[in-house]
Amino acid sequence: MKKINSPAELEKLRESILESMDKDKPCISICTGTGCSASGALEVASAFEALIKERGIEANIDTKLTGCHGFCEQGPLIVLKPRNILYCRVQPEDVGEIVDKTLLKEEILERLLYVNPVTGERIALEEEVPFYNKQLRLTFGNNGQLEPTKIEDYLALGGYASLRKALEEMTPQEVLEEVKASGLRGRGGAGFPTGRKWESCFNAPGYPKYLICNADEGDPGCFQDRSILEGNPHSVIEGMIIGAYVVNSPEGYVYVRREYPLAIKNLSIAIDQAKEYGLLGENILGSNFSFDIKINRGGGAFVCGESSASIASIEGKVGEPRDKHTHATEKGLWNKPTILNNVKTWANIPLIIEKGARWFSSIGTENSKGTMIFSLTGKVNNTGLVEVPMGITLKELVYDLGGGVPDGKKLKAVQTGGPSGGCIPERLLDLPVDYEKLTEAGSMMGSGGMIVMDEDTCMVDVAKYFLLFTQDESCGCCFSCREGITRMLEIMEDVSRGESSLEQLDLLGELAQVVKDSTMCGLGQSCPNPVLSTIRYFEDEYRAHIMDKECPAGVCRDLITFTINEELCNGCGVCLKKCPAEAIQGEKKEPHAIIQEKCTSCGICLEVCKYDAVNKK
Amino acid sequence: MAEQRTESLKLDLDKVDQIIEKYRHDKAPYIPLMQEINDEYRYLPEEALKRVSKALNISLSELYSLATFYKCFSLTPRGEHELQVCLGTACHVRGASQILEKITRNLQVEPGKTTDDGKYTVETVNCLGACALGPLVMIDDKYFGNLTPDKIDKMLGGNHEEDK
Repeated sequence: MKKINSPAELEKLRESILESMDKDKPCISICTGTGCSASGALEVASAFEALIKERGIEANIDTKLTGCHGFCEQGPLIVLKPRNILYCRVQPEDVGEIVDKTLLKEEILERLLYVNPVTGERIALEEEVPFYNKQLRLTFGNNGQLEPTKIEDYLALGGYASLRKALEEMTPQEVLEEVKASGLRGRGGAGFPTGRKWESCFNAPGYPKYLICNADEGDPGCFQDRSILEGNPHSVIEGMIIGAYVVNSPEGYVYVRREYPLAIKNLSIAIDQAKEYGLLGENILGSNFSFDIKINRGGGAFVCGESSASIASIEGKVGEPRDKHTHATEKGLWNKPTILNNVKTWANIPLIIEKGARWFSSIGTENSKGTMIFSLTGKVNNTGLVEVPMGITLKELVYDLGGGVPDGKKLKAVQTGGPSGGCIPERLLDLPVDYEKLTEAGSMMGSGGMIVMDEDTCMVDVAKYFLLFTQDESCGCCFSCREGITRMLEIMEDVSRGESSLEQLDLLGELAQVVKDSTMCGLGQSCPNPVLSTIRYFEDEYRAHIMDKECPAGVCRDLITFTINEELCNGCGVCLKKCPAEAIQGEKKEPHAIIQEKCTSCGICLEVCKYDAVNKK
Repeated sequence: MAEQRTESLKLDLDKVDQIIEKYRHDKAPYIPLMQEINDEYRYLPEEALKRVSKALNISLSELYSLATFYKCFSLTPRGEHELQVCLGTACHVRGASQILEKITRNLQVEPGKTTDDGKYTVETVNCLGACALGPLVMIDDKYFGNLTPDKIDKMLGGNHEEDK
């Protein structure tokens, strides 16, 4: 690898890479993101490699091990280029047939195609699958086109052209104006306008200035930051270098969650490659501008996703937030002016510079510009990552992209914004998704988590779940958060046991307001949201628990009982063997019975019974 | 088993010294340094922390506050295998609590603790980021997805089936 010393040399290198590529050559793009890898994508990849070698057809077929394509539910996924044929749930034993029939004879294997669950139709082309064709994959689309560990792939797709443009054709001030004009807002939670944040750091006195990429993606049910870092790390690096050019920062940090080893690995490789090419480090592209990026592994503390806590953690301290009378843009890391942005925010920067603020701001709604990547998870047919323009409705997300709720169940709510967000009820599904609308509905955009809940989900249980989470993760710095959440949780536990009262429910609402008003950091202030939003929209469920001692969804264990229907039970003994509490008795081939005193309502008997003989009430 | 590890450790504090040297001149050495020690020994041995405290002139109590604040650190020896049960929201609504209950019963161990035979340390984690596969468990670097309580015996290799 030769160091690039000027913008012209970069373009020359890009040309030579493009010349060496044959666009019509068949290529197997194998998704090896975390989801597909967990379902066996690496075995599929080795099977392809071995077979191609065995047949001696390496020269005729390329393989690409890419990052996440987003359609995790159907993994392992492969896309056969140039035709873009999508095969789902591919197993190593399918590999021979794929090479022989599809690659060499252009025959399509019907059985590996995606089946539309609504129409039953089989769809061959990736772009025709509803999950993909309603998306606008600006930051995420290249994941399927490139190998994250090959910088040449990124360059071939126009990578680092925005950096070149910024350095060669624009002053830092002009880049700043472009970002401001784009209307881009932070993609990590609060949605602060990125350009204004940069401007405040730009104007702040002090040197050196620092950049931070927050990749401590802690919201449960979110994995888009991980997928960008794993699948297209150079887009984040390029965004950071452009940001560094604006405020003349010599050093940036990526604070990555330790649970993401592949993201750390791919990012490290990408940083090394960028340095070797002279795109990062001293005198970038032969200019006077120098910038370096370091990786910090997170310590496994959710609160470090909060900006000031992550700064404390990078400084080597306990990750407690600090008050924000003075913003990080003036006194941040090591008390120097600092820009901290989320992974997705950084990944948007090269796009804005390449295509312009006007183009970017033409996408989305009045105050929420561009696209957002959501993790669509929970009780939804198409679990995965979707990138959509701001302003799309929840209904489109859940039904058109998500394919609806599995097993014909009824949708109850959509939870957005993680532990800081809230549950939006089914009747508000026409809500357009943007920062303001979600906040008005008592939830928030957050980092883009979107968890679909059906009729079998108990909203009391969900609120309790998030409180357990925030109680566990509270750093303990503020009394109101530390003790307030604990008291709230105690009430929630009583509710879920049917041992509460309406007065306690009022107290719960009051406590929630106190925690909101008197806690220092954004996480503490927003952690009562799941409780407040469920009381607001699902008060009837709380009342059912309190007044009728019933859990309508059949989730809260203290309020449900399991019984065996003697007429349907044939005494097979499976439930007796599987019951972890030894609460089932009965002779072989005779109807069994549950000893209620011993039963923990875990529900395993219901799940293992093949004769529908177990009832839950 | 724990004693054995402590024993072998005594012979190998050189490794700690090497790690200290690697980070000595960093602006904020403590967290990455402790992470590396934790990776090396699978926990933070007291002797190692004392060594760091002396070498970098930082009080042991400050190191202790870091060690207890961040979940990535352990002050007790870890099991041979790390078993993480995902309790993220997507896994939760798909029944993760049953999975955890079954695992803790089978292995006779509380979350955060190590089995008596030193084979597994069971941890809960707030999201492993592979939500399509929930409920999900990770043993070392291997994922087990779409679990039901029924599949746990097989996942644990049948070695830990409760005596009935």
